[in-house]
Amino acid sequence: MNGKTTNVMIVGVGGQGVVLASNILCAVVVEAGYDVKKSEIHGMSQRGGVVTSDIRFGSEVLSPLIAHGTVDVMLAFEAAEAMRFAHEVTPGGMLISSTTRLAPPKGPTRKGQVEYPAMPLKEAEEFCRGRIIPIDTDSISRELGNPRLANTILLGALSAGLEVEETVWTAMIRKMVPPKTIDLNLAAFQRGRESVALAEA
Amino acid sequence: MSEKKDNRLLLYGNDAIAHGAREAGCYFAVAYPGTPSSEILPAFAQFPGVFAKWSPNEKVAVEVGIGASLTGTRTLVTMKHVGVNVAMDPLMTFTYSGVRGGFVLVSADDPEMHSSQNEQDNRCIAKFAKMPVFDPSNSQDAHDFTKLAFDISERFNTPVMLRETTRVAHAQTMVSLGEWAEPVRGEHFVRETSRFVMMPNFARPRHAFAEQRSLDLQKWSNEWEGNRLELTSRKIGVITGGIAYNYVRELLPDASYLKVGMPWPFPGDKARELCEYCDRVIVVEELEPFLEEEAKIIGLEVEGKKYVPREGELNLDRVAEALVKAGLLEKSPVLPRAAAVIPRPPVLCAGCPHRGIYMALKKVNADVYGDIGCYTLAALPPLETLHTCFCMGASIGNSIGTKLTERDPKHPQVAVIGDGTFYHSGITGLLDAVTSNLDITIVIVDNGITAMTGGQENAGTGVDLMGNTVPAVKIEEIVTALGVKKLVVADTYNFDTTLAQLREAIDYPGTSVVIARRPCALFPKKLKTDPYVVLDDICNGCAACFRIGCPAISDSGNRTEKGLAIAQIDPAACTGCKLCVQVCPVDAIIPLAKRQEVIA
Repeated sequence: MNGKTTNVMIVGVGGQGVVLASNILCAVVVEAGYDVKKSEIHGMSQRGGVVTSDIRFGSEVLSPLIAHGTVDVMLAFEAAEAMRFAHEVTPGGMLISSTTRLAPPKGPTRKGQVEYPAMPLKEAEEFCRGRIIPIDTDSISRELGNPRLANTILLGALSAGLEVEETVWTAMIRKMVPPKTIDLNLAAFQRGRESVALAEA
Repeated sequence: MSEKKDNRLLLYGNDAIAHGAREAGCYFAVAYPGTPSSEILPAFAQFPGVFAKWSPNEKVAVEVGIGASLTGTRTLVTMKHVGVNVAMDPLMTFTYSGVRGGFVLVSADDPEMHSSQNEQDNRCIAKFAKMPVFDPSNSQDAHDFTKLAFDISERFNTPVMLRETTRVAHAQTMVSLGEWAEPVRGEHFVRETSRFVMMPNFARPRHAFAEQRSLDLQKWSNEWEGNRLELTSRKIGVITGGIAYNYVRELLPDASYLKVGMPWPFPGDKARELCEYCDRVIVVEELEPFLEEEAKIIGLEVEGKKYVPREGELNLDRVAEALVKAGLLEKSPVLPRAAAVIPRPPVLCAGCPHRGIYMALKKVNADVYGDIGCYTLAALPPLETLHTCFCMGASIGNSIGTKLTERDPKHPQVAVIGDGTFYHSGITGLLDAVTSNLDITIVIVDNGITAMTGGQENAGTGVDLMGNTVPAVKIEEIVTALGVKKLVVADTYNFDTTLAQLREAIDYPGTSVVIARRPCALFPKKLKTDPYVVLDDICNGCAACFRIGCPAISDSGNRTEKGLAIAQIDPAACTGCKLCVQVCPVDAIIPLAKRQEVIA
């Protein structure tokens, strides 16, 4: 196990499952034998706000929060959130983002109001010092025939960016999803993993 | 919540505190919920052989906890930092009396005010109250210090504070757990008038006792290994503690350290040793210059808040910036970022029962004296119908004060308070309004649960934390008993009647109460009924539905002929509350099922 601490940041919108995904990642890296710390903010987040979770693992982790601009792998559940946090990715790092767009509820336009970006992942490129890997979670979910698979697809994609054995991931997924959905979730996980390989190729 | 590996668990600080208490043989736990403390009690309540309960406010929780300690029971009391203010009265005197069973008070501080109205540093309260305070840096500390705190409490005959912060409470780090001791529950209350009746003659010697105890604790603090000296570099020494230790230790791995686990009484001898060992010593701590002042009081030359910000929480970047200012780190470049990404302010949930009454309050353009809870969110756009918020229970008192002094009122005056907050500290305010013979209106938004902090039971729920059925206290009975003559109960999903009832209450010449009642959309069960949809070809783009601030309603991107935004409803988020249907002037919003029929 190398001494360097790996920084993973998961971002999204309240209710998308960011905290659940970060819990699964933590379970995986603990199983793989790392020291790990994770921090996120509870409270108002379930009421539609921005949700971020910092996960750090390595031989010994001190700060539970990641320093600005040092995220090795960022996983974004929503495209505008990828744009918001793209600058946090370290040079050579990776930003894996769902192409899903979630515009916040909007009242009558006010003066100076910021609109939902037309091409959030395109705009993210300007600030991201690593590679951006878009994942069309909506299409993949549709192909697999279940709208609730975005979480597992994204974890599959994340797994491709981290140095943890694939078998640890699949064992954890078997353990953490409802028994009836194991095969479907494993398929979703593989599709996510392959998407990164395809984007890299 | 937790994953096993070599008998170590990945735990939130709050879970680690619950485990530490259980291992110490704590039998009894009592609390009022408040972010970031709320998860400790439910975690503790799951252990076999213990008892845990919510109290209606923090003062009552501490008083209940004192009673439990008096029988010889090991007792845990938890609350958020501002909750300790509510509990100060019993606390300030209990520190004179001392304990029978170990008594540990958890104060969960919230630097950065992630979910709070201020960011007070309760290490200062511990010192003021003359109670020793532990300050954990991670979940292992939180576990170990909690366990130790029960022993310290009984050994030194004092309540003990464990002060954690948000980034300890809500961060998961690895913890090695220990064995469970048999829960310590007392036989019965034993009279000891000189200690437990704090009238002047008895209290004076107890104050002297407390002063001597502080000296004894000081000695212990200087010897305890949890106040840890790590002597390496002779150039730079750092005094730090709590969450800040992690940041500075990562940034200055080669410095010497005093990691303070007990800020008060301060381990001055160890601080002196560090200062004698190192050429230069700086103090890195969140919020108040507590350790810094303790070091300076005993004549040590240290620097701290000269570089480290006093406001907000610390993190690697803020500490790095402070260390750059102090000349201890090289400056790092500022990163460019996306200029302005669309904001996502928190809003009332889809189907929130509070929305209907705020729509009515907006309609009558009332000055709204607000309180603490989900309904505080109505201060933000697009509702913008709440105009004060100070602390739990403040709304009614604020309203009384303005009513008695406004010479030329501009708007109708309404106080809004939630059910949990009304039980917590609104009842006495209402008593004041009635006995002042004031013409004011109080809206009690009653969703049947303490929602903002995650859906804890309250006096109106009828179920306690242990799952027992208990009497549910009806708000209307309290209101009537306090002498309110005008009381209406509104169903907030029915906008027209809610508005009419609100007007009726405002028009009543005297103290009137509107109970705006509907169950919370999230707790105890997430509401889910048949969703509604917008008919594109009928929507005229008037934006009336946008103005109710429902997160399920958004701009579809389509435009009317006049270029106005056509609304859309997210069927996964819509709970079918129908408030948008009631404000739509052209009947463009219909049940999803009905549209499917039309298409079929």
